[in-house]
This record gives sequence, C-alpha cells and structure tokens, in this order.
Amino acid sequence: MKIRGRVWKYGDDVNTDVIFPGKYTYTVKDRAEMAKYALEDLDADFNKNAGPGDIIVAGKNWGCGSSREQAAICLKERGIGAIIARSFARIHYRNCLNEGLPIIISSEAQDLANAGDEIEIDFEAGVITAAGRALKFPPYPEFVQGLVNDGGLIPHVKKSLGLA
Amino acid sequence: MGGTFAEKALGRSVGRTLRANEVVTVEPDFCMSHDNTGPISRTFKKIGVKNVWDPKRLVVILDHGVPAPSSDHAVNHKEAREFMREQGAPHFYDVTSGGGVCHQKFPEEGFALPGQIVIGSDSHTCTYGAFGTFATGIGRSEMAAAWATGQIWFKVPESMKITATGRLGRGVSAKDFILKVMGDVKSDGADYMSVEFHGDGIENMSISERMTLCNLGIEMGAKNAVCPPDAKVLDFIKGREKSADWEPIWADPDAVYAKEMTYDLYDIVPGVAKPHTVDNYAAISEVRGTKIDQAFIGTCTNGRLEDLHAAAEILRGKKIAVRTVVIPASWNIYREAMRDGTLDALLDAGCIVCNSGCGPCLGAHMGTLAPGEACISTANRNFKGRMGDKDSFIYLASPYAVAASAARGEITDPREAIGL
Repeated sequence: MKIRGRVWKYGDDVNTDVIFPGKYTYTVKDRAEMAKYALEDLDADFNKNAGPGDIIVAGKNWGCGSSREQAAICLKERGIGAIIARSFARIHYRNCLNEGLPIIISSEAQDLANAGDEIEIDFEAGVITAAGRALKFPPYPEFVQGLVNDGGLIPHVKKSLGLA
Repeated sequence: MGGTFAEKALGRSVGRTLRANEVVTVEPDFCMSHDNTGPISRTFKKIGVKNVWDPKRLVVILDHGVPAPSSDHAVNHKEAREFMREQGAPHFYDVTSGGGVCHQKFPEEGFALPGQIVIGSDSHTCTYGAFGTFATGIGRSEMAAAWATGQIWFKVPESMKITATGRLGRGVSAKDFILKVMGDVKSDGADYMSVEFHGDGIENMSISERMTLCNLGIEMGAKNAVCPPDAKVLDFIKGREKSADWEPIWADPDAVYAKEMTYDLYDIVPGVAKPHTVDNYAAISEVRGTKIDQAFIGTCTNGRLEDLHAAAEILRGKKIAVRTVVIPASWNIYREAMRDGTLDALLDAGCIVCNSGCGPCLGAHMGTLAPGEACISTANRNFKGRMGDKDSFIYLASPYAVAASAARGEITDPREAIGL
C-alpha cells in the first residue's frame, strides 16, 4: 500500500484529551460524528480543514493519557492516512492498530517534512519519501502484522474465530 | 538471572519462564470496564459471538457519569445493565450506594489479587498494582475481543525499579512523592514498562498511599505499576477475595532492570504538576500565591478516607475561599467519612460533597471549569481542556495542598496551614 498526503505537524506529548475531548466520550456515539471533534482542543485549523489522506507527523509520546479509543477512531474516520511519530504512548499505539489506522515510529520524520508538505509512504517497502529524500522505517513486529493485514482487531478476531 | 515482577506474573499465567520483550498471549483473571461497557458490548456483538468466554470474569462498575448527567449517558448505563443481564454476568455495580469509582470499588470488592492478571478499559487500571496485581489499561476493541476469546497479547515489558527509603514528613504525602517522580521520569520515561516500587519507604506506606503511586504509573507511560504484596496487602484482601487462584509474586533480588532510581522520602516536599502536563513538576514554593477559582478533592488518585482526613485536618474550623468540590471515591468511604465527622468538618468549611463517582475529573459534570479559571485538584491529569474548557488551568497536588489552597484561594504550602 502506498499513500500520499499533506503533513500536519505537532510536537511532543500530544494527549488523547486534546485529540478527542472527554466531554464527548459518552455523548458522541456515531463513529463518523467523532471525526468532527478530532484535535478540537489542540488545533482549530486541523479540526476545520484536515481531510482524507492527510498525514500527521508528531514528536514523542503521541496519544498519551486516557485509553479512549475514540482518539484513534476520530482520526481514522477523518480519513487520516497515517500517523508518524518519534514514539507512541502504549495504549494509543494498540488502539490505532486495532482500528486499522497505520502508524509509523520514526525518530527522523520530523526533520524530513514541514507542515503542509506532501509526503508519500510506501508501507510494503517501508519508505517515507519527502522532497526527493527517502527515509526507511522498520516493518511492524510479526505479531502486529497479522492485525494490520486484516484491517484491525475486530476483523482479525472474526477471521481467527471463523466468523469473517 | 532472576525475574522481574512482570516477567514472573505473566510467566505464572502462561506456565513458563519469560523474559522481557517476548510476546505472549494470556487469559486475564478479570476484565474491568465502566460506563464504556455499552459501546464495548456493541463492538462485542459485531464479532458474532453470542456469549462472553466467562461471565464471572467481567467486572462492570458505573462511575464516569453517575447519576447519568444526560440521556446519552443514561443510554450507556442502560446498555451496560442489559448486557450484563443477558450474559448472566454477576459482577455488576450499578448507580447505587454499593458503587463508587471503579478503581476504588474493584479492590474494595476483592477483585485485585496478588499475582493475577487484570485488564481494564481505562488507563488507570494500573492502580491495582498496589495489591501486587499485574493490571493494565486497554482500549474498547481489545476488551470486546477479550470478552469473546478470553485472550489478550502482551509484550513482556522491561522494568523500571524505583526504590524509596525513609518516611514522608508531616503535611507531605504519597502524591507529592509521585509528582516528583513523574517530573523526573517524564510522561514517556516509563513507556511500555512495568514500574516496580521497592524499599522500606513503600513498606511504610498504607494501601491507600500505594494506590496513589500505582494509579499514576500510566502518567509516566507505564504498562503497569506495582508494589510488593506484603502483609498489609494480605490483610486487606482477607475475606474479600473473589477468586482463589492468586499467589503473592515479587521480583527476584537479581532481576534485570532497564532503569533504576532511588529516593529518600525525607527529601520530598509538597509539590504540584503545573498546567498542562503531568510531568510539569514544581515544588509548591515555586507557585505559592497563584490564584485559584476552584478546588477538587476526590478521584481514583486521592478520594480515599485518608485523603478526606487530610483535607479535614486542614479545613476543620476554617472557611474555604473558593468553591471546593469533595467526592469520596466510593460509597463505603462516603459512609465512613460521614460517621467519623469528616464530612461535617468539610461541609462546615463550606465544601460541597457530591455523590461518589469520577465527577469533574474528565470534564463531564459536577464542577467543570469556565474559560480562564484555575483549579487545584487531587486528580491525575491536568491536560488542556481536561476539566471542561480548553482555556482553563489545572494544578495537580495532594489533598493537604488542595485543602490548604482552598482555604486561602491561592496555592498554599500545606505545612504553613498546619503550623510547620
């Protein structure tokens, strides 16, 4: 799979409260509606203008804090193509994979692209391309790859139980 | 080479010796969920399995919006109630005087047991490490999958060893210690790790204080946090156990750690986490005099009887200068605090006492903030917008410090309030 999209760039320690505010966690139930509140308390520009295929490039510890899975769902439903970060907080890392939202750990991606740049990600080859420069990233661990291939945890579990 | 707590606890579950970074699939002893049980049950139904793998292992405790502050919340509660009934799952804690905050009720009811594996669809599930439990937070899809299959995968975490010696001074609490640790470790310093608390400083602490430490493990990124299952733990769980299959497990002396840190508790001073990150530590002297609009005493971090006693010790005979919300972490605590006069002391000071639950911690109800307002809180998160408006400010502190600050309307060193 290859994707190409516009970069939204953020710093370190972006928490799930600003990705999807707590006041909506028990009132917004429709997955598509969750997309409306993505990054509402972090970046009004993103909240208004981010669109399908866009790529988030962040610093360390993206998605720290609450385990709320809506933080992954709202970005997935918004059509975000991938999140690239120096590191991910553990629960959010699992939530993104479980929702079938591609994530990439890269210590150098932040230096590679600026906000608004178009970048390309080739998941099979494990390469991010930006402004003519290419950056390799490691494949998912084997045990995660199965999840990713099936498009997330629920399809993966259905398949493993013979219910797909 | 000996094992860490995480290596040994996960190893016990799979019946073989494990080392950090191996990937294992385990069967959880208990699965905790709260108001999110409704949405999880909807995802569970999408899988296509009719029955959960073991209804006795589900523990559902409603707490995030209780009593329901809106019909949307009420629908969640209704779905949870109906699902537990359909599944014949016995461990359901509804909106009654038998409830409370999930991370308080779960141990009170005897589900947090040494050596067991607990998953919870809430990040502060790590609190149960105070009882020697391997307990970790997960998302909603994973909980639905675990209900269906009885299995969850884990990478065996590397471990961080935090050793505390000595005793805390008067007016200084376990919260001040862990705020300092979080400031040093930073919010991702223990990412993916198991945090072990060792030393006589931890042995000297009560169960309540250890729960405060483990509760904040997630705020350093930890997978789980744990204290030794010593005599205090065994005494606490006696007569409450909801399972017989538990065993005190602790790290071997020659276990291998990714990182080790040591603190002398005598050196700890009252502290705060300033807005808007949990690792934005300052000694209280650095922020003394900062004006506040609200004080909040409660939550799974600091809503226990000892915490209410600490607040009452400061506020007895005084009047609050700003609105102060007090929320006991469970109805058992509420009743004890009512009986021993603690609630009267707080009410006499002008505090309001709300029903047990999460309250304003996650910005849902019962004390949310207006733009520009500042709150000093005993909770665990001070993220932007956490308690309501994105232009409000949250300082995290101990119950002593929150109470002392409530009395003056500005951030105050509690040692001044008790004449030290």
